[in-house]
Amino acid sequence: MRLSRFFTLITLLLMSFSASANIGDTIDSAFAASTGWFVDLIFYPISIMGVGVPWIVGWLVIAAFVFTIYFGFIQFKGFGHSIALVKGDYSDPKDAGEVSHFQALATALSGTVGLGNIAGVAVAVSIGGAGATFWMILAGLLGMATKFTECTLGVKYRNEYEDGTVSGGPMYYLDKGFKERGLPGGKILAIFFSIFCIFGAMGGGNMFQANQAHAQITNVVGDYPGIITGLVMAAVVFAVIIGGLKSIARVTEKVVPFMGIGYVIIALIILITNYDKIAWAFGEIISGAFTESGIAGGVIGAIIQGFRRAAFSNEAGIGSAPIAHSAVRTKEPVTEGYVALLEPFIDTVIVCTMTALVIVITGQLVQDPQTGLYLLNEAGGIQTASGATDGVPITSAAFGSAFAWAPYALAVAVVLFAFSTMITWSYYGLKAWTYLFGEGKTKELIFKLLFCFFVIVGAASSLNAVLGFSDAALFAMGIFNIIGLYFLMPIVKREVQSYNQRLRSGEIKKYK
Amino acid sequence: MSVTYLVAYDGSDSAKRAAEFAAKQAKLSAAELHIVHVLEWSPYSFLTPDELAERHKRRTQELERANNHILKPLLDKLEESGYTATGEVQYGNPAKMLSQIADEKQADMIFAARSGDSSFASMMLGNVSSTLVQIATVPVTIVP
Repeated sequence: MRLSRFFTLITLLLMSFSASANIGDTIDSAFAASTGWFVDLIFYPISIMGVGVPWIVGWLVIAAFVFTIYFGFIQFKGFGHSIALVKGDYSDPKDAGEVSHFQALATALSGTVGLGNIAGVAVAVSIGGAGATFWMILAGLLGMATKFTECTLGVKYRNEYEDGTVSGGPMYYLDKGFKERGLPGGKILAIFFSIFCIFGAMGGGNMFQANQAHAQITNVVGDYPGIITGLVMAAVVFAVIIGGLKSIARVTEKVVPFMGIGYVIIALIILITNYDKIAWAFGEIISGAFTESGIAGGVIGAIIQGFRRAAFSNEAGIGSAPIAHSAVRTKEPVTEGYVALLEPFIDTVIVCTMTALVIVITGQLVQDPQTGLYLLNEAGGIQTASGATDGVPITSAAFGSAFAWAPYALAVAVVLFAFSTMITWSYYGLKAWTYLFGEGKTKELIFKLLFCFFVIVGAASSLNAVLGFSDAALFAMGIFNIIGLYFLMPIVKREVQSYNQRLRSGEIKKYK
Repeated sequence: MSVTYLVAYDGSDSAKRAAEFAAKQAKLSAAELHIVHVLEWSPYSFLTPDELAERHKRRTQELERANNHILKPLLDKLEESGYTATGEVQYGNPAKMLSQIADEKQADMIFAARSGDSSFASMMLGNVSSTLVQIATVPVTIVP
């Protein structure tokens, strides 16, 4: 019954799609004409020493810096406590069976660890050189303070319903937190955040993922129409989010963390087998971070690439993670903040750095043997040993130079990462959708059907303007979220002071 | 100094037999009988965002079902047959949880049904009763 309904739906989608595929270019140009200004606005470059920096990158990094200072370097001082919380040292055994800190962290991570860590980093070092890695790590470390702030608020202001389910996220803390402080405009920020969260979910959390997954599959098996990938992925997403086939989601949720761990292990093996070059690689990273290495834009270019990649990869400040973290069962919102600050650390400081190190150490970036400066290609990027210019192919070549099978494993990883990111973002988008339109089966179904439809669109098209817009929408979320965070950070400060005091006095018990 | 017997109970027929056997033994030695039902749970498992949001609701439902449909029928049945027993439902790793409760209650013995599962998976990965035998700090009686 469900199956037949599904096929009817797919046929309908196909019909509408085959019509739209023909006019794909028209859509794209129409989209470019109507939303181009918005994309330009979000990524508007500010000239710093002659190099254009998208202002949104500065917005996110400055916010991370402010929170780091305001909370007294909590990401370093509280790191040990974060680990203890994830291990369950402070969890009341009576609460067994509720969402643990570990589970909230793992789910939020599955939404962020993905293409950014594989493709994005490769783009960053292939433009910004090895030195970009240094700045990426720095931005990742700063971003930990942002996650701490937003996830504490996410738990504090979540909605708990009578049936025991919870809804949380920036829309709720912007709305309720501003009211509590007697500030105007919280509702408006929440509405704008939700609108862009829906666009971001459809775009960066969906179409972009489907598009890249298809690109990666064709890279390995050869070219074929994207609509096939789109239909298959849409069918699986449909089965999970509408059909309630939790088993598929559960399998991905189980496999993805292991793929992430496997990715780091393979990277480590490559590093260990090249142990004689590790010191050299770190030397390249440090010297490239502060001195001229021949890249476009010099040192500033390296800083921009590193910051940009960190911001794009760990999503600190975007406001997505608080939606997942708000489900945890805790009496203390601050504990979830502590746990969440590990996210940028794992995502950026560990996984992204591994990718960068493997690319550098396997000699993908071609240097002039005489001067030690990078040789540039026509596009202004660094020449790569394999000749690849795109993100995934560069990483693929780097891993492939050590293990012949690595590109295949990487293709599987990319598809699974893309899938888990989609599932997570379908939830983020849905929460924003229900915030705007209210909860209800039909309303939720409309969102989910739209979500499945955009999986097909994303995989089948090369709608650059559409993808550009959805990327911009994702970052637009960060504008509204961070404005809110600045106003609400005194509340977090009070929470954290009270918590730390009770922790010292022993009022908050350690169980293990 | 009272004697306490613990029974591992999962609602299966073999577990029912084990509980009845334990009840008889308890009566003979004037021991208190405590029935434990453990819901398999690991705080380190992976959940989807939907499952995160619904977890508290599901947990409430699971506990209610375990109490009303698994534990209570057994306690009622034992009472009908003239035995008195207490019971509890917990989340966790079954064998570890049983052993932990035995320690807390200072139980003298744990009764468990044999798993009756001789599959390869069970041999390789173990099952509740054989793990219990290995880790419990009190004598364990496996009832066939």
